Amino acid sequence: MANLAVVGQSVYRKDANPKVTGKALHVGNIEMPGMLQVAVLRSPYAHARITRIDKSKAAGLEGVALVMTGVDVAKMPGVDPYYGPAFRDQPILAVDKVCYVGDPVVAVAARDQRTAEDALQLVEVDYEPLPAVFDVLEAVRPESPLVHERHRPAKAFADLAHVKAGQQSNICYHFKLRTGDVDKAFADADRVFEDTFSSPPAQHMPMEPHVTLVYLDEQERLNVWTASQSPSYVRTELSNTFSIPMHHIRVRVPYIGGGYGAKLYAKLEPLVTALALITKKPVRYALTREEEFLTITKHKVITKIKTAIKNGSITARKCEVFWDTGAYAEIGPRIGHKSGYTAAGPYRIPNVWIDSYCVYTNHVPAGAFRGFGVPQVIWAYDSQMDIIARAIGEDPVEFRLKPALEEGESFATGTLVRSFGIKEAIRQAARAIEWSKPRPVQTGTKLRGKGIAAGVKAVLTPSISGAIVIMNADGTANVLSSTVEMGQGSETTMGQIVAEELGIAFDQVHIVQPDTDVTPYDTITAGSRSTYHMGNAVRMAAVKIKAKLFEVVAAKLEAHPDDLVAGGGRIFVRGMAERGMTISEIFLAKFGSLGTTLAAEAVCQPTAGHMDPETGQSEKCTEYWFPSATAAEVEVDTETGQVKVLQLFSVGDTGTAINPRHCEQQLLGAAIMHLGLTLFEEMIFDEGQLVNGSLLDYQVASIKDMPESFRPIVVEVPHETGPFGAKGAGETGALTVAPAIANAIQDATGVRIRGLPITPEKVLRALAEKKGEALPQD
Amino acid sequence: MKREITLKINGREETITVEDADTLLEVLRDRFRLWSVRESCGVGACGTCTVLLDGRPVSSCFLLAVRAAGRNITTLEGLSDGQSLHVIQQAFVSQRALQCAYCTPGFVLAVKALLDEIPNPSDEQIREYLSGNLCRCAGYADILRAARLAQERQISKETAMPRK
Ligand code: FES
Ligand code: FES
Repeated sequence: MANLAVVGQSVYRKDANPKVTGKALHVGNIEMPGMLQVAVLRSPYAHARITRIDKSKAAGLEGVALVMTGVDVAKMPGVDPYYGPAFRDQPILAVDKVCYVGDPVVAVAARDQRTAEDALQLVEVDYEPLPAVFDVLEAVRPESPLVHERHRPAKAFADLAHVKAGQQSNICYHFKLRTGDVDKAFADADRVFEDTFSSPPAQHMPMEPHVTLVYLDEQERLNVWTASQSPSYVRTELSNTFSIPMHHIRVRVPYIGGGYGAKLYAKLEPLVTALALITKKPVRYALTREEEFLTITKHKVITKIKTAIKNGSITARKCEVFWDTGAYAEIGPRIGHKSGYTAAGPYRIPNVWIDSYCVYTNHVPAGAFRGFGVPQVIWAYDSQMDIIARAIGEDPVEFRLKPALEEGESFATGTLVRSFGIKEAIRQAARAIEWSKPRPVQTGTKLRGKGIAAGVKAVLTPSISGAIVIMNADGTANVLSSTVEMGQGSETTMGQIVAEELGIAFDQVHIVQPDTDVTPYDTITAGSRSTYHMGNAVRMAAVKIKAKLFEVVAAKLEAHPDDLVAGGGRIFVRGMAERGMTISEIFLAKFGSLGTTLAAEAVCQPTAGHMDPETGQSEKCTEYWFPSATAAEVEVDTETGQVKVLQLFSVGDTGTAINPRHCEQQLLGAAIMHLGLTLFEEMIFDEGQLVNGSLLDYQVASIKDMPESFRPIVVEVPHETGPFGAKGAGETGALTVAPAIANAIQDATGVRIRGLPITPEKVLRALAEKKGEALPQD
Repeated sequence: MKREITLKINGREETITVEDADTLLEVLRDRFRLWSVRESCGVGACGTCTVLLDGRPVSSCFLLAVRAAGRNITTLEGLSDGQSLHVIQQAFVSQRALQCAYCTPGFVLAVKALLDEIPNPSDEQIREYLSGNLCRCAGYADILRAARLAQERQISKETAMPRK
């Protein structure tokens, strides 16, 4: 791209200083006079009717302001006691029954945390246990206990408008894709491969747990400070839940300590709002880490995948994907849909059949997790790609490259792919790991192997980002955007785009933090969508400002607006830098004063085509794609089952990199997180009871787990409608880590692990089984 | 039980009354508004709440305030003079070793303790020393580079200006 000043440069983070000094504002640092703290009593049962709650003793404890039950919430005027982004199924506090161990039942607001916790001890609750269901494959059977009798769609998001009311089933959403004739292809196949893969529930583990502060201001308006990835949605949800007009709700989000999907949609906000409305006091609820485990998880997924091979090519694939969405649907239906339609992979397969089921169980609710479910489906399809390649004697890299979709070819949904650097990503991954280098013959107990995996995610479509750019008379600019800076570097990216377009310096742009009083609507900060959507919005708003500036300059200098350019804080005639005006001069010429501002708004709102509910076919299912590939080298200790990742290369097609270093950082951050998810992370449940719900018992990747050789590779296939050709990068590095490692383990040892995490026990068991099978032939 | 204790926080002596059950983290945040001290796991397993106790890194969520009586406590607020960034902070910025930065105060202080204890650590030693601090944005590669750079800068500073 010609002559870019700021875009494409790895400028330093806008927020570096407040963050490195620890001064950055977090919700946990905000103090209000008379602020109450919250403790919540949670259900010890996975499924039970509440028969009695006695809160009188707790309410009498000194320092307690309010002891609130679900019945109290339901009595609030105009309230809908249930909320949720796909279905309104989650009670603010359990009303008549509890649906998982950890379900909030009673909330206490008190003058300090200890008093609130003491009060909980005094609350008495009687339960009558109900039959519960924990296994997602059992939950889909008609005779299984029902978690919810009815499903009430929320109608909060355009992309979920097709979600239907349902009843008498635990399946709350079923996505179908049908193309070609799979039965015929399976009948005609040379070989058919059938595998089942599983991926466990896991924790997002943002280092800052959820925290929300709510108070009523002097106008009795609801003020919410919250660690959220979706301020606009929180306002809508609170408006719907409490029948409060939108202009009486102000949601602000300061810097947040990580999200990874955990902080999407409404979490603590409805509960804290109810407490603040009743007590008329400021109320803050900060989750403990243990409560965090009981609030939101990564979906457990079982995928059955069956693939037909004819003459060495894939002719058909059938996928059944079961999403354990837990006790409340949360965003499960969106995941079941968006990840569901990619479940056959980025490959040319003429006959595809996909069923993706989002299923209630009596587990902790599951939601979006860096990758929105796509890592779980890639875990299945790209593990199987390797199994097939090795079984039919094909080179795993070539076996992927051959059917990998080319620009303009049709995805399984019938959508033609654009800006689709999947082949390049695979090639880069193979080159980085020196795939073609002959493997030495190995002896001993430490075996090395290499693995490659590839996959693709589609961006959430449709979705909306609005932005306002305000130009100040001194040539600086303020950007109003609801994108949340949660570590990904969005302030920096938006600052670069606006600076580039207005021709001003990066540090002359200030990004206003999300505040629904002033920052326009944005769907969510998630799904690798902000650089494209918000990036386009801020860019278009800046273009509008520029047009206004050009108008003034054109009149003043008797030039044609088309001949003008912006740069160095000036507007001048192209090729004649001396014929121009500074921004201040332009403002003076236009307004006769220097205290003035120019503002412009723009909205980026990509649309999706209709998707046929029976076949999943759509002219346009997504605005753009994120191709990903990972290459890994592992060392497997055959005596202990330990897997050590020696090398890891994370390759992602991000479109044009607005800030290359930050794109690389996103790839590596997502990759190391998923390395932990691949090798050890798992929430273990026993009859719905979480066994390892603290950081003492649940391990995440530390600096010691970082591979010796660990490198990002950014593939830049520009997108024609992205800002400067950009797409996004937040999730790409997460997508293909698990299958790459499993494939490397098979390369090293010949054993195949189909269930995550790949623990030493599983490896040892697989090695033993392999030996056992081999014995009779020896 | 309530007790009166004296803490030396970032170079200032402070005498306060605390409950036996109060953690150092609670005291530093609630009484002294030292917001860089943050809780994450609450069980001493993540290093987010790291402060220096007589120069050694400790998890302030897991230490009773009374146990810190009479000791020197350094939080991130006390690391630099308030005017310019400490070399370690500069290295974290230039190596981009922060994203959401919730973990950053803990990491910066851990690196400080590391370099004070082992002036010329190997990569292996850096990894070992920092393994008690978790970063979920997982900028571990950047953090490792930042530690390395801070160490180089510190050494070059010391050789340029020999200690009096
Ligand atoms: S919060 Fe103290 S170690 Fe995790
Ligand atoms: S930078 Fe986010 S946890 Fe470390």
